[in-house]
Amino acid sequence: MAATTETQQALKEIGGDYKHGFVTDIEMDVAPKGLNEDVVRMISAKKGEPEWLLDWRLEAFRKWGKEEEPEWAKVHYPAIDFQDIHYYAAPKKKDGPKSLDEVDPELLDTYAKLGIPIKEQEVLAGVMGSPNIAVDAVFDSVSVATTYKKKLEEMGIIFGSFSEAVKTHPELIRKYLGSVVPVSDNFYATLNSAVFSDGTFVYVPKGVRCPMELSTYFRINTKETGQFERTLIIADEGSYVSYLEGCTAPMRDENQLHAAVVELIALDNAEIKYSTVQNWYPGDKNGKGGIYNFVTKRGACRGVNSKISWTQVETGSAITWKYPSCILQGDNSQGEFYSVAITNNMQQADTGTKMIHIGKNTRSRIISKGISAGRGQNTYRGLVRVMAGAENARNYTQCDSLLMGDKCGAHTVPYIEVKNPSAQIEHEATTSKISEDQLFYCLQRGLTQEEAVSMIVNGFCKEVMQNLPMEFAVEAQKLLGISLEGSVG
Amino acid sequence: MLEIKNLHAAVDGKEILKGLDLTVKAGEVHAIMGPNGSGKSTLAYVLAGRAGYEVTEGSVAYDGKDLLEMSADERARDGVFLGFQYPVELPGVNGMTFLRTAANAVRRHRGLPELDGIDFLKLLRQKASLLEMDDSLLKRAVNVGFSGGEKKRNEIAQMAVLDPTLMVLDETDSGLDIDALKVVSKGINALRGPDKATVLVTHYQRLLSYVEPDFVHILARGKIVASGGKELALELERDGYVNYVPEAA
Ligand SMILES: Nc1ncnc2c1ncn2[C@@H]1O[C@H](COP(=O)(O)OP(=O)(O)OP(=O)(O)O)[C@@H](O)[C@H]1O
Ligand SMILES: [Mg+2]
Repeated sequence: MAATTETQQALKEIGGDYKHGFVTDIEMDVAPKGLNEDVVRMISAKKGEPEWLLDWRLEAFRKWGKEEEPEWAKVHYPAIDFQDIHYYAAPKKKDGPKSLDEVDPELLDTYAKLGIPIKEQEVLAGVMGSPNIAVDAVFDSVSVATTYKKKLEEMGIIFGSFSEAVKTHPELIRKYLGSVVPVSDNFYATLNSAVFSDGTFVYVPKGVRCPMELSTYFRINTKETGQFERTLIIADEGSYVSYLEGCTAPMRDENQLHAAVVELIALDNAEIKYSTVQNWYPGDKNGKGGIYNFVTKRGACRGVNSKISWTQVETGSAITWKYPSCILQGDNSQGEFYSVAITNNMQQADTGTKMIHIGKNTRSRIISKGISAGRGQNTYRGLVRVMAGAENARNYTQCDSLLMGDKCGAHTVPYIEVKNPSAQIEHEATTSKISEDQLFYCLQRGLTQEEAVSMIVNGFCKEVMQNLPMEFAVEAQKLLGISLEGSVG
Repeated sequence: MLEIKNLHAAVDGKEILKGLDLTVKAGEVHAIMGPNGSGKSTLAYVLAGRAGYEVTEGSVAYDGKDLLEMSADERARDGVFLGFQYPVELPGVNGMTFLRTAANAVRRHRGLPELDGIDFLKLLRQKASLLEMDDSLLKRAVNVGFSGGEKKRNEIAQMAVLDPTLMVLDETDSGLDIDALKVVSKGINALRGPDKATVLVTHYQRLLSYVEPDFVHILARGKIVASGGKELALELERDGYVNYVPEAA
């Protein structure tokens, strides 16, 4: 840590000289601002996509033009000018900060606390001239990643970038793309379908149990995936896969709007576990510069006895609009949603899940922990729908909110629609505050204010945190504490 | 070790301690007794530095330092331990994790190396066996669903691990069964030492027959109104506070 601070100091000193003499290269590989058919065609052509995929994008584009941006979520932000965005840029760093000197000092402080080496800090903060590789790859040596990749290949598991898979496994993409989140699903998903940049593709063959957590850490050779990421994961019959997305280090990105789409498909007796730690830049104390994260994540339990489990820890972004959902089609299929969402300062989160029970004996479980601090606004929005044919469906929902201070807000908006009388639905909701008693008890045992808050909040989130894979859990615990620093006392 | 002079303290603008004096030397055990609502817990909280307990007048010296200048967590790391009258529940917080974090905070302050999970467990087992306690309580969430007696025992277990210098125990004996009282007393005695001091807040003479105090004080209406040896506790047991607190008559 001391070394890190030293390096930071050194960098700061050099930084001053570079500031003015920097000339930005003229970037040739950028589409003009705005969105029209030509831009969609350009994106597809640049990627060398087959005709059918171009048509798919174009269909999305035409639908998008007719849609309105949704307004039902409890989030407020200035209108986004969708014609003022570049929808294609070659994977290359653009106008990043010129040195760590120009990066929000609070962000740097967080890096230091997470113990991230200076080189990685530069990559995370998007400093110009830092290595142009997937951030994830920085964390582990390329050799480790290659070993993993080889092992996966031997088992027949496909794990790579989406663009790559379009070339190597077009039949799988064509069969499953848009089969869970249709082109016309919602405004942002439609936009994503038209202009998606890249993302991850995973296919686990029949009967294969993926022996390791698939993490974007090990996804090498993929460049910046950009603001319209597309992920497709297919677990064939009797297979199992656990996928980790994101990282605990806060990522800065010049793209303010992010609209990703994630589709999961679990066939008969298959199981997918999808864990996310999202810690994108939330903006400064006044909310300036933070990322808008409008994501569509949905899993289809298509086969009998299949299972999809979402676990998310959302601490970043200025605005989070996200409802990882499960469509429980197969009989006896199960959907789970475990969520921790923190909003501090000016952050807003409207997040939750949808559990759609279609098959018989389908079960779903929702555990949502919302933490609001500062002026943060945290909304849980969840839908449990039991269709007429879903005999003996069961749902258990628990929504707990924790408030820190009196300027923040927590809201719970559950929707329940039951069309089959045999359904059993349970819903529990609590709202609490970190009590003075609890804080003092921790302080009296020698914990600092920050350790105390972190301890209490992690306790509050335990049921969710314990669902995270080990690799993630420890870092995520630290992250909760850091995200709430300075919010009490 | 501890020197309290003319201490006045208020909660929510209401003055509770009204000029309290108390001197505790290293190696001593002082018992504080007094009617309900007389300010015993308030004194304990003021010593531990709880927010909202405002000292309006007076001074408290601890080990030659101005205790009132230190924050609650600094005091704790510097060896002030408060055994709570009502130990607080921390849902979802594992007792081991909690205590290890606390122990390491204290160790850092003392310039000792931090304990990893295994070393901590060893220390814990050693302390627990000393107290004839098993460590199963520590595997659960801190105080959650503990019986009243279990909570008090847990306080002593934490104290044994943290090895404090000044122990302020607020009614640690309340709610304990006869066997637990012996166990807890044994724990307190094990932690006594020439460099340590203990302040026991209690309502009952019984504890004092196991943990023998050097002095017994009566706290009433925010002041120490009488002090004596352990025989004072016996007298109170027999006569109540009538001789010291007119309204108790
Ligand atoms: N927040 C508060 N506002 C007003 N009065 C308070 C507050 N907290 C405590 N008091 C009062 O201060 C007085 C002293 O309380 P304290 O808890 O110190 O008593 P105690 O001697 O420990 O009593 P017991 O033997 O019942 O534990 C009581 O009259 C109590 O009602
Ligand atoms: Mg009391």
